Amino acid sequence: MSTVIPRQTKELDRVVVRFAGDSGDGMQLTGSQFTTVSSLFGNDTATLPDFPAEIRAPAGTLAGVSAFQVHISDHDILTPGDAPNVLVAMNPAALRANIGLMDAGGTVIVNVDAFDERSLEKAGYTANPLVDDSLTGYTVYEVPMTSLTMEVGKQVGVKPRDAERSKNFFALGLVSWLYSRPVEPTLEWIATRFAGKDAVGEVNTKAFKAGYHFGETAELFESNYQVRPAPAEVGTYTNVTGNTALAWGLIAAAQLAKLPLFLGSYPITPASDILHELSKQKHFGVRTLQAEDEIAGIGSAIGAAFGGALGVTTTSGPGLDLKSESLGLAVNLELPLVVVDVQRGGPSTGLPTKTEQSDLLHAMYGRHGESPVPIVAARTPADCFDAAIEAVRIAVTYRTPVILLSDGYLANGSEPWRVPDVADLPVIDVTFATEPNHTADDGSLEFWPYKRDPETGARPWAVPGTPGLEHRIGGLEKAHGSGNVSYDTGNHERMSHERADKIAGIAKGIPAAEVDDPDGVGGAEVLLLGWGSTYGAIAAGVRRVRARGLAVAHVHLVHLNPFPANLGDVLRSYRTVLVPETNLGQLVRLVRAEFLVDAQGIAKMQGLPFHAAEIEAAVLQALGEDIAEPGNAEDAAI
Amino acid sequence: MTDVAVPNTTRKDWASDQEVRWCPGCGDYSILAAMQMLLPELGVRRENTVFVSGIGCAARFPYYMSTYGMHSIHGRAPAIATGLAVTRPDLDVWVVSGDGDALSIGGNHLIHAMRRNVNLTILLFNNQIYGLTKGQYSPTSEQGKVTKSTPFGSLEAPFNPVSVALGAEASFVARTHDMDRKHMQEMFRRAHEHRGAALVEIYQNCNVFNDGAFSQILGRDQRSEMLIPLEHGQPIRFGADGGRGVAMSSEGHLQLVDVAEAGEAALLVHDETREDPGLAFALSRLARGPFEPTPIGVFRDVVRPEYGAGMAQQILDAQERKGPGDLATLLASGGTWTVS
Ligand SMILES: Cc1ncc(C[n+]2csc(CCOP(=O)(O)OP(=O)(O)O)c2C)c(N)n1
Ligand code: SF4
Ligand SMILES: [Mg+2]
Repeated sequence: MSTVIPRQTKELDRVVVRFAGDSGDGMQLTGSQFTTVSSLFGNDTATLPDFPAEIRAPAGTLAGVSAFQVHISDHDILTPGDAPNVLVAMNPAALRANIGLMDAGGTVIVNVDAFDERSLEKAGYTANPLVDDSLTGYTVYEVPMTSLTMEVGKQVGVKPRDAERSKNFFALGLVSWLYSRPVEPTLEWIATRFAGKDAVGEVNTKAFKAGYHFGETAELFESNYQVRPAPAEVGTYTNVTGNTALAWGLIAAAQLAKLPLFLGSYPITPASDILHELSKQKHFGVRTLQAEDEIAGIGSAIGAAFGGALGVTTTSGPGLDLKSESLGLAVNLELPLVVVDVQRGGPSTGLPTKTEQSDLLHAMYGRHGESPVPIVAARTPADCFDAAIEAVRIAVTYRTPVILLSDGYLANGSEPWRVPDVADLPVIDVTFATEPNHTADDGSLEFWPYKRDPETGARPWAVPGTPGLEHRIGGLEKAHGSGNVSYDTGNHERMSHERADKIAGIAKGIPAAEVDDPDGVGGAEVLLLGWGSTYGAIAAGVRRVRARGLAVAHVHLVHLNPFPANLGDVLRSYRTVLVPETNLGQLVRLVRAEFLVDAQGIAKMQGLPFHAAEIEAAVLQALGEDIAEPGNAEDAAI
Repeated sequence: MTDVAVPNTTRKDWASDQEVRWCPGCGDYSILAAMQMLLPELGVRRENTVFVSGIGCAARFPYYMSTYGMHSIHGRAPAIATGLAVTRPDLDVWVVSGDGDALSIGGNHLIHAMRRNVNLTILLFNNQIYGLTKGQYSPTSEQGKVTKSTPFGSLEAPFNPVSVALGAEASFVARTHDMDRKHMQEMFRRAHEHRGAALVEIYQNCNVFNDGAFSQILGRDQRSEMLIPLEHGQPIRFGADGGRGVAMSSEGHLQLVDVAEAGEAALLVHDETREDPGLAFALSRLARGPFEPTPIGVFRDVVRPEYGAGMAQQILDAQERKGPGDLATLLASGGTWTVS
């Protein structure tokens, strides 16, 4: 490899790369390592893992295609990018499943060895797209990844079948060269990850290097590219996925509240990684129970909360269904509890590995009786950390179950996160009751478990083991104050209001909705109202609209129940309120009902997040602007 | 929790101020009395005692105790109690459940609490009927049972709660009945002493919807002929003067014998601590229902690792290995870079 022809390196401000292959091809690993290296290099990054529900669908079929999209840039970005600039396709199925996402002019790198007749057929191609003209308009590079990797395997002396499995490292090496990524971090990562499996580690290392050198020497590519580091706030950064950030947020919150953390959970995609992460952190005193079902998951968390622990349960949609009755119990018991719902496509088993925001109304109303529950939603992967702390704060302050909504996109997506200083995290005050709180008619002191704090409406948290405060709680209606079973009609009305008022009163302790409108509240014609994981796409869409010289405002909600106190006024300040959601219109229904505003929904139900361009188009349409007119999206720093 | 001696208490100290609302004559009263009279003898504290129940007549039990308590939702008490017991090993956690609560809607939680061997004392009030919902058949009702929901007789074969518990790997299983306070108290005491999940089935008369369900074996005149007391280390005998007994047949199943005919040496010697639950299971199958001679007492009492203790140990081990968790270290554990 001595004849390296020096070629120029072109500067790019950003690039979207999509790695696609068979489920068994290691695309998730390849994509996340490319992300890590780029983050370490200083780029801003945003990722979108996109994988099938089946662990191994038949090899080579469209159903088995697994992809990982990453957006890297030299400026701050908000989304994993709309259309990929580069597609790495490890087989015909990967090409066929993903080419539709690409804009004309995009670059396609294919593993040409995989384009044999059988594989083409399995992918549903009747003709080889590499030889007919179906890919005109794209820049296509045909690279014999399998055979070059097998060659490396032969040198190391491993069986061809084992060697073949390292071809994703060849692809990683090639793309690392193409974007001038430093190689050391990846070499070190391979060494640690495959430590003890010498042959595997060696083939992976060599395949990675071979891919890198192939780019350098093969004269296939006329240049490679560089994406410079993005200017970022001073600090220490790490890359986190939403699930990891959420798990860490729970650990942090438990420490801040000085409570032992207990998680009861039943495995379900895409929430299981929170259970996995917390199960690893036993040295924090975290107790995790893999329950026999979701009902036991929440039940055990309620039991732990009764005993004075921070009780948490994690799940996804189908599991939330199962937890409904227990959630109602927790509402009645008025014990702190956090229920995490990492939403996925529904109904029923739906789209287990795809994202959706369709559980909002379930979180809001999915229980019998008048059963109000506060709802908090995370907006980005790293924000899952703060959202978890906020959910815990509300739960313990108001003695209530809280539903924390994340989704598949946040759960598996990652972004660089400026690691907070532990000393800057909020304090969460928790005091257990230790004394009687009521004087009976005969002058004796008693403990009344439902005597409320005048400020928050919270009842005292008296844990077993406290002498003198023995009491019984349960799902039956209780007399206000004393907490004894009561079937009194007037009391039920009073207690229903007390419970509702307590939750509504949380609004007093949360920040007002922040309005992103450079002209001041009510300045723009159109307001985009969002919640949860649409944050990135909406904020990026806003940048695109503004890059056209047009005005648009954005409000993104963290608290969905209760809403921030100023929300009604804010919504009424805009002529048009658009509510983009990856559901058929759930928040829009809530705000219409609550505030009598004529908000309009923008729905997307594809198991995928919004594209910034879709948001832009919706705003332009509302403004009566010509959508076809090309904008300045490239300048808009999406 | 403290070094101070456990205060002396009487039955009254364990009763709450709430009016007991079971039907007059219900067997639940005698179970409650047995418990309230036993607790002063156990050397335990009110504040460290918790009763967790599901839904049903039986499940009202916690309201009548002056301890901590939770009357939860139908079937879920073992799951809720599990979360409490594993986070608070200092507490005595009792579960009170009915046959519908424990074996129908809550069957899943019950078997897993026993399989995990969570430190719970589970009392299963078996009246072979749904009491609170006014008399439908339950998973322990005999086949052919005529109730409002089975006017032509139920088609289902019943569960035998002791067999279910043994099949679910329970480390302590006993049976008692509401007509014998001393026996109940002895079983409760033994179950309470046991570390791990202990299940006590209590034959309980629902005099409104299933009166006399156990009268064939529990009637004053029937008991000596129809109850087979299990005593650890003793040959299993019953009958007026111990004239009958349990022996292993040559085909390997248990049978009832006349001691005079079979000889004392042929009698099975009861061993609660046997690792293999096979014989305990065979004993649980001796009667097809409460109309044949039925064993009562402790079927099984073996030592198995307790779940909550294992959980606590894993935490200690992890802290030994890694030191107590440090948040800043955790947040940096995925690899970091610095922008300056
Ligand atoms: C989810 C749910 N389903 C049904 C009921 C109605 N229900 C209450 S108690 C009960 C059965 C109780 O039978 P058992 O557990 O044997 O208790 P018993 O009343 O006989 O003591 C039923 C079906 C309920 N409370 N909750
Ligand atoms: S219905 Fe039966 S079990 Fe329920 S309280 Fe009345 S007698 Fe007891
Ligand atoms: Mg019953």
